[in-house]
Amino acid sequence: MVGGAALVMRRAVRFVDQRAGSAPLLRKALRYVFPDHWSFLLGEIALYSFVVLVATGVYLTLFFEPSIKDTVYHGSYEPLQGRTISEAYRSVVDISFEVKAGLLIRQTHHWAADVFVVAIVLHLLRVFFTGAFRKPRELTWIIGVLMLMTALLEGFLGYSLADDLLSGMGLAIAYSVVMSLPLVGANLALLIWGAPFPGVPELWPRMYVFHVLVLPIAIGVLLSIHLALIVARHHTQFGGGRRTERRLVGLPLAPAYAPRTIGLALAVASVLFLLGGLVQINPIWLWGPYEVSQATNGAQPDWYLGWLIGALRLVPGFDVVIGDYTLVPNAFWGGVALPLSLFALLLSWPWLERLVTRDTAFHNILDRPRDRPWRTAIGAAVVSWVFLAFVSGSADRVDVLLHVPYRTQIWLYRVLLLALPPATLLVTWRFCLALQQSERVEAEKRAAKAAGADASAPSPTV
Amino acid sequence: MSVLRFLRRVLVLALLLVLRRRRGRRQSAIPSETLVGLHTPTHVYVYTGTPAREPDLRAELLVLVLLGVGTVCAVAFVVVHALDRLPRQTQLLGLSLGLAFALFAAAAIVFGTRLVAQDEHEENYGPEEHEQDQAGVAHILDETGDRITRKRLLKLAAGGAAGALGVALLTPAVSLGPVLDVGALSRTPWRRGRGLVDRAGRPLRADDIEIGTFYTAFPAGASHDEIGSPLIVVRLEPAELDLPPGRKGWAPEGILAYSKICTHAGCAINLYRTPLFEPTAPRAALVCPCHYSTFDPARGAKVLFGPAGRPLPQLPLEIASGGALRAGGPFSGRIGPAWWGVRRS
Repeated sequence: MVGGAALVMRRAVRFVDQRAGSAPLLRKALRYVFPDHWSFLLGEIALYSFVVLVATGVYLTLFFEPSIKDTVYHGSYEPLQGRTISEAYRSVVDISFEVKAGLLIRQTHHWAADVFVVAIVLHLLRVFFTGAFRKPRELTWIIGVLMLMTALLEGFLGYSLADDLLSGMGLAIAYSVVMSLPLVGANLALLIWGAPFPGVPELWPRMYVFHVLVLPIAIGVLLSIHLALIVARHHTQFGGGRRTERRLVGLPLAPAYAPRTIGLALAVASVLFLLGGLVQINPIWLWGPYEVSQATNGAQPDWYLGWLIGALRLVPGFDVVIGDYTLVPNAFWGGVALPLSLFALLLSWPWLERLVTRDTAFHNILDRPRDRPWRTAIGAAVVSWVFLAFVSGSADRVDVLLHVPYRTQIWLYRVLLLALPPATLLVTWRFCLALQQSERVEAEKRAAKAAGADASAPSPTV
Repeated sequence: MSVLRFLRRVLVLALLLVLRRRRGRRQSAIPSETLVGLHTPTHVYVYTGTPAREPDLRAELLVLVLLGVGTVCAVAFVVVHALDRLPRQTQLLGLSLGLAFALFAAAAIVFGTRLVAQDEHEENYGPEEHEQDQAGVAHILDETGDRITRKRLLKLAAGGAAGALGVALLTPAVSLGPVLDVGALSRTPWRRGRGLVDRAGRPLRADDIEIGTFYTAFPAGASHDEIGSPLIVVRLEPAELDLPPGRKGWAPEGILAYSKICTHAGCAINLYRTPLFEPTAPRAALVCPCHYSTFDPARGAKVLFGPAGRPLPQLPLEIASGGALRAGGPFSGRIGPAWWGVRRS
């Protein structure tokens, strides 16, 4: 017997199927199998953060003014009263103070960007350390790394648009980094900025269209291919039980998985809105408007660029020169060479690893990190290196808060950058081997116990 | 009294809702996977829960409560939004909306883990590759070129055409900026005789400049917002000065002017020794707050520490007859961040 609601549902399915021929696909999709492990949710968290970013971002575009033109401030924030500021800065201050719920949406957008990149990075680490990037999923990996790169640029443009003091300092650094590119640096910087820093007024529409159109679409396209490839090759899973290289075990989308992932999406939105409402982020009215002649100390970028500011600070003071002419300005090392070599390493890793392992097999069962000591050790070493660069970016705050002299710290970090990665490599490698060893001992103990239990069992024949 | 009655009525209604739901549930209890299950060769359905799924009344009630309280929170958001200018409005908005999402999330998760079948499914991974289809694709592509005799020439021509079209389509981008003319990078408003003014446009006088602090100066009658405009001006004891050769007379009365823009990454220099320069150093240094490049003002802004690769360009100063400061010539070198081919001095 079919009830009223079920009847409506059937009619709807029938209506769509007769027009779209979608029932076979839908039926399969509803039974799409999701293997269950908490670490598989990191990518989903990134996905849902992106949804929140788009939704809050659309709202912000309704009020933001991408213009560097001067205007006199007459809003409700007293300290800025009567000051000449840019339209961009004025509109972000207005979103914060005049637009009802504007500050909530703006802060949620900023938090969502930070969480988005956190989730991507953790997801990337999970995929790396479990070998999920191996054949047949190398393309999914590459597209993921490209999305991370796009997300970093997108985030940087986002906080640059506000035209507050911090964003201006960030743009000055970005300009210098572009200038530092060998051969084409100055030409490229002039092309992008339109004139020597701070550039032409059109820079604002340029950054804006990239931030709200070009890069989000790029992320959306990459995301679609990423997801399509996952569906085509299915999820990976940890081995054990009925799970094998050929057979996937998990919960079907309907009925068990869909509510879970909807729950996760709602939970992500919940955390982001709670952060946006309760935890202040980037209070641009405190930073003030940007002027070329102004700067502030203790300036920190958003967390995901912290490793770059750290790297820029750690490079000793030298330009590569021939005679009196500069070849490679200093900012190249921390601002271009470091990130590009890291991303090149990530993009080529599946093939680098194959050079050593000669492994061309298909893999659906994930590695446990301890079972691949070399990969785990190298990964940990690179993470320790980037993490050090990240931490050194806050050396000035440590100086102010803990009174450890800045120069002492920088020298310490320079030494650590050389010493820590090899140490991490060695320790991680040994740790993996020790874990393997302890498992073997445990297994032997269990086997011996079982055998002992058998032997000591009173034999019925005696 | 009426409140109690109202509450009782609500309770009865809620109970009715719960009970009715239960009856409905029993009627349509579905052991029907056998009827509509997906038993394809690649897809296997595995019972891991109890086959006869008992209704879970407590879980249903929990979902109802979560949805109910969540709804209250969502409505609260609208109310807070409508009530203009509550104190801490942003916090209340975030709290109400965040809690609504949290409660709905909890409802979805309780629903997904306790109210629907938890049976696992097994599915075979698809075939690793499709050799027949690969061959088919290759065949189709080969077939395309069957009748062509001058294959390499055609390929060359097509490649050339695509390249030319690509370049043509990229050409409009050149309008963005003076891509081939980097001369603008070397131009600044400073030339001999240009007066130094402060932020408000008042002329800076030699008497105004004291030892132990720094001043930001701008070119009189020119934009303050160009990278070549701002100066950092300090006064040192003339005896302390040890400027590079050829800069005799650039620092009248020990007053020095340097470009305020760091040669490393373009930030404005805004620290004069403290707190990020060793207090034990012989004298104050100019420090950039972005990456802490540290320059010695007494020795032509020589780099003492940090990533900068070249000194800050110095501007020669003169004191006019009225005591006002003015430029004695152009900068000693290119201002701002370095680039490929820029002269270091």
